[in-house]
Amino acid sequence: MGEFLHQLASGVALGGVYAIMALALVMIYQATQLINFAQGEMAMFSTYFAWKLIDLGEPYWLAFFATVLVSFIGGVVIERLIVRPFANAPVLASVIVFIGLSLIFNALAGWLYGYSVQSFDSPFTGKPWFGAGYMSAHESGSIVVTLAVLALVYAFFRFTPLGLAMRAAAQNPVSSRLVGVRVGWMLAIGWGLAAAIGSIAGMMAAPIVYLDPNMMGGVLLYAFAGAVLGGIDNPFGAAVGGFAVGVLGNLIGAYLVGDEVKLSVALAIIIAVLVWRPSGLFGRRLVARV
Amino acid sequence: MSAPILDVKGLEAWYGPARALRGVDFEVEDGGVTAVLGANGAGKTTILRALSGLIRRSGDIRFRGRPIGALATEDVARLGVAHVPDGRGTFTDLTVEENLRLGAYVRSDRQGVREDFDRVFGFFPRLKERRRQQAGTLSGGEQQMLAIARALLMRPHLLMLDEPSFGLAPLVVAEIFRVLGEINRNEGVSLLIVEQNASLALDLADRAVLIETGRVALSGPSQAIRADDAVRRAYLGY
Ligand SMILES: Nc1ncnc2c1ncn2[C@@H]1O[C@H](COP(=O)(O)OP(=O)(O)OP(=O)(O)O)[C@@H](O)[C@H]1O
Ligand SMILES: [Mg+2]
Repeated sequence: MGEFLHQLASGVALGGVYAIMALALVMIYQATQLINFAQGEMAMFSTYFAWKLIDLGEPYWLAFFATVLVSFIGGVVIERLIVRPFANAPVLASVIVFIGLSLIFNALAGWLYGYSVQSFDSPFTGKPWFGAGYMSAHESGSIVVTLAVLALVYAFFRFTPLGLAMRAAAQNPVSSRLVGVRVGWMLAIGWGLAAAIGSIAGMMAAPIVYLDPNMMGGVLLYAFAGAVLGGIDNPFGAAVGGFAVGVLGNLIGAYLVGDEVKLSVALAIIIAVLVWRPSGLFGRRLVARV
Repeated sequence: MSAPILDVKGLEAWYGPARALRGVDFEVEDGGVTAVLGANGAGKTTILRALSGLIRRSGDIRFRGRPIGALATEDVARLGVAHVPDGRGTFTDLTVEENLRLGAYVRSDRQGVREDFDRVFGFFPRLKERRRQQAGTLSGGEQQMLAIARALLMRPHLLMLDEPSFGLAPLVVAEIFRVLGEINRNEGVSLLIVEQNASLALDLADRAVLIETGRVALSGPSQAIRADDAVRRAYLGY
């Protein structure tokens, strides 16, 4: 029982990381119908930035918030300079840009910080806030942080004029422009937010998966599985899917197949969902009248 | 007579390489109503799209004396030109209230926005009843009301409407045109109305422009156009 609870708890903690990463993917997807394959490497690069700040002696939470801010700006700049010019290009061109971006960040991280695995300290030490006995302090802290991110993102999109304008721009760009919304900037801000959220995912994952240029490869795959499972055009579904994949992956890894093939579980989930329910569990149930 | 609120000279517009407007001239008087009439495919919708900067255009477009022919769509809207597009442009996944809030997106006068919400709910009480409902579930008539209400929340100087009667029952059309007349008379909002229903539009308008394959075939006071039997038979089909 203790072992089961332990697996469950660490599944939830990892699931939180997948959930906010899935949310980052969905934000870009809703506006562009594209999956940003570079999201993981961008998050990894952000995490190195935090690690460097901490290494230079900055306090953890200063490094944390500075990283979120810098990642936001970085996301905006990447959209404006690199993604924007391909806005009207064929899908394949965008996919190639995303793959190129991820290769660039991977190489850049390796070149700047080296390829050896680094440890990344958790800000949560001592006793866990809850779940003592089957959960580490970091896992409990990470769950709180990821839930806070989900709540903040929800509140932003639900209650602020800018959040409303971003949703509007994603679903009807022409009507949005006709009421004065600067649609181009909404996309750029979306990239900034996705990068900022991704950086938090990276910083929460790093104490668990350790820091190296390939640390986010697996995370991105699980996040993608979560997004597909919950519904790639539904932020709520994607977040639930992220948690589900975290828990399922851990339990299946521990009791059924072993950790080595755990990643294939994510792939199996993606394929199964795409075959049986392409819109995901919480797929779009829009009622439209024509 | 005061200067026109919208003065268009030599307007041309393109879809890719194809030229859809070939030099269109017309005006909307300040506080006036101009109707744009013409057969299917004549270029009426294209005129509104060109004015809003949704497609490539050239020519001299002046709004309140200011050239707007090179402005982006967002900036034309921010100057006070509201465009109710064909198909109504509903944000179908958002609620009715969110659709309306988007109309007021660029405004910062909260008090005025609150008053304008009450005002448009006064014009269209059905929208108030359905404010929490997903806009895509509204009927066609309700979506047209929503599109007009959203445009009014922009507090526009000029309201451009693309076939507001399209596909709607006569009673709903009458209600919508009654409101348009009221907005024009009581609040001084100038109107540019594209319509297939010529008699309806001519009743409201003081000027009319007849478009034929991307050109102005005829323009003048709406009374004169309505009174001319030959014109009526040849162009308006009633
Ligand atoms: N998106 C588009 N791409 C290419 N050509 C277009 C496009 N929209 C319209 N056209 C062409 O431009 C011309 C004018 O079309 P427009 O839609 O302005 O006509 P309209 O007067 O509004 O007609 P209707 O009464 O049917 O709405 C037509 O020849 C049409 O085929
Ligand atoms: Mg038309």
